[in-house]
Amino acid sequence: MKTKESKRRISKKNRAESEKMIVLEDVSKSYSTGAPALSGVNLTINKGEFVFVVGDSGSGKSTLIKLLLRELTPTTGKVQVNGYDVGRLKRRKVPKFRRNIGVVFQDFRLLKDWNVYENVAFAQRIIQVPTREIRKNVPSILSTVGLAGKYKAKPRQLSGGEQQRVALARALVNQPPILLADEPTGNLDPKNSWDIMKLLEEINKGGTTVLVVTHNREIVNAMQKRVITMKKGVVISDEEKGGYIDED
Amino acid sequence: MRISTFFYTLKQGVISIFKNKWFSLASVATISACLFLFGLFYAILANFQHIVKTAEEGVSVTVFFEEGIEDDRIAEIGEMIQKRVEVSKVTYVSAEDAWNSFKDEYLGEYSDGFTENPLADSANYEIYLKDVSLQGDLVTYLESVEGIRQVNKSEITANTLSGVNALIGYVSVGIIAILLSVSVFLISNTVTIGISVRKEEIAIMKYIGATDFFVRSPFVIEGILIGMLGALLPLGIIYVIYNRVVEYVMVKFQVLTTLLNFMPVETIFATLIPVSMALGIGIGFVGSYITVRRHLRV
Repeated sequence: MKTKESKRRISKKNRAESEKMIVLEDVSKSYSTGAPALSGVNLTINKGEFVFVVGDSGSGKSTLIKLLLRELTPTTGKVQVNGYDVGRLKRRKVPKFRRNIGVVFQDFRLLKDWNVYENVAFAQRIIQVPTREIRKNVPSILSTVGLAGKYKAKPRQLSGGEQQRVALARALVNQPPILLADEPTGNLDPKNSWDIMKLLEEINKGGTTVLVVTHNREIVNAMQKRVITMKKGVVISDEEKGGYIDED
Repeated sequence: MRISTFFYTLKQGVISIFKNKWFSLASVATISACLFLFGLFYAILANFQHIVKTAEEGVSVTVFFEEGIEDDRIAEIGEMIQKRVEVSKVTYVSAEDAWNSFKDEYLGEYSDGFTENPLADSANYEIYLKDVSLQGDLVTYLESVEGIRQVNKSEITANTLSGVNALIGYVSVGIIAILLSVSVFLISNTVTIGISVRKEEIAIMKYIGATDFFVRSPFVIEGILIGMLGALLPLGIIYVIYNRVVEYVMVKFQVLTTLLNFMPVETIFATLIPVSMALGIGIGFVGSYITVRRHLRV
């Protein structure tokens, strides 16, 4: 009951001032073996929101991310992201769709043979930004994440926190309307974790919708943002200014 | 595609070759080895066929006329022979010509004792064939022509040569098939090893929103460059060793020099260069295109 109430509260509050960025309508996803990874998930995230998605492993968080990125398609239901009906998207339209979403992963996923500048510039190259503008945009975003001096370094020469900032710069350089962060602090120490979270908050203030999947109880509790809690493929709670729910 | 994107892609392809030097080296070596064998085989085959062809051209049928035949009839027979499809060339050898060449070849200064032409009846047509295997048909025809006394032929040579030609055909198809399957196997293996290293790289690019074309282009360019290199290397080696081998054979088997008629390296390369380049580039293109495709579904 609590879930329903909080959801109603959010939608009532935001209906007037914002449009929907991510909408899941009765989404289920089953793999060929075992129990469904998601069952009957309904979710609406509005433009400009900052949302945490929390839950244990096996809760369906990863499946949710994969559905939003169109790495997977839902078995039933509808996934809508920034106006795209993601489940029905043709394969050749996927690249263009993905440019709406900046992604940050737990393991950074940088191209390890490329230096910092090239890693970030790559995101601009794929949308065919002229070289002249790339030379302006990349240093600018690197200074936003605090790495202006390290543009020539290779990923392995950087600390985990620095690598995650590079990944963040890459995700943001094309100014996508949505930022997805999948356990962005999973491999970082508390200080670096906080720095990354502060950056995400800054980015959110600039108007970007931010969705963070995380295990980090401390951060979730401290930041007082909307928290969606999942368990065994079902949304068990959705609270504005929520906290990390103890399972047991 | 923007020009800057094109150059970027080109640059990435080149960089990638050096970045993955062991993979590149292995690929170039594989393609080189296959194309070297191909080139070697082609050079041998082409020369063999050339030698057989030259020998074939030397095979002739000689026709002698009945005594007292008129010149008009001889000319008529000549025209009839010329019209036959098997015939490539007909030469008239008069009795004087025959005697002169016999004198020169065998008698030299001893020929002075002859006052009249001992080969008075030896006027003949020397007939050269387009295809040795058709000799039998021609001879049967010639024997039925009125005014012809005798037909001299070289049955054994003709049979042997057409047999050798057929054998070369079978052997070449066999060896080319073996070479092709071996090279495809080796290349797909090498490419698969190389690509598994970059599986992650491709996945990352796809997550950021790169199109298949954008992800694939540097790989394909890399494949094409490797293929080109893999073709140029054996071409260079074959070019260097070809003349030496020909020289060696000519010296070692001097007895056979009249029979062994090798093709000049330029003629061999007029065919070998475009075919090798096309094969190398084709293998590189197809290999990289197909292998990357398997990893694009992210």
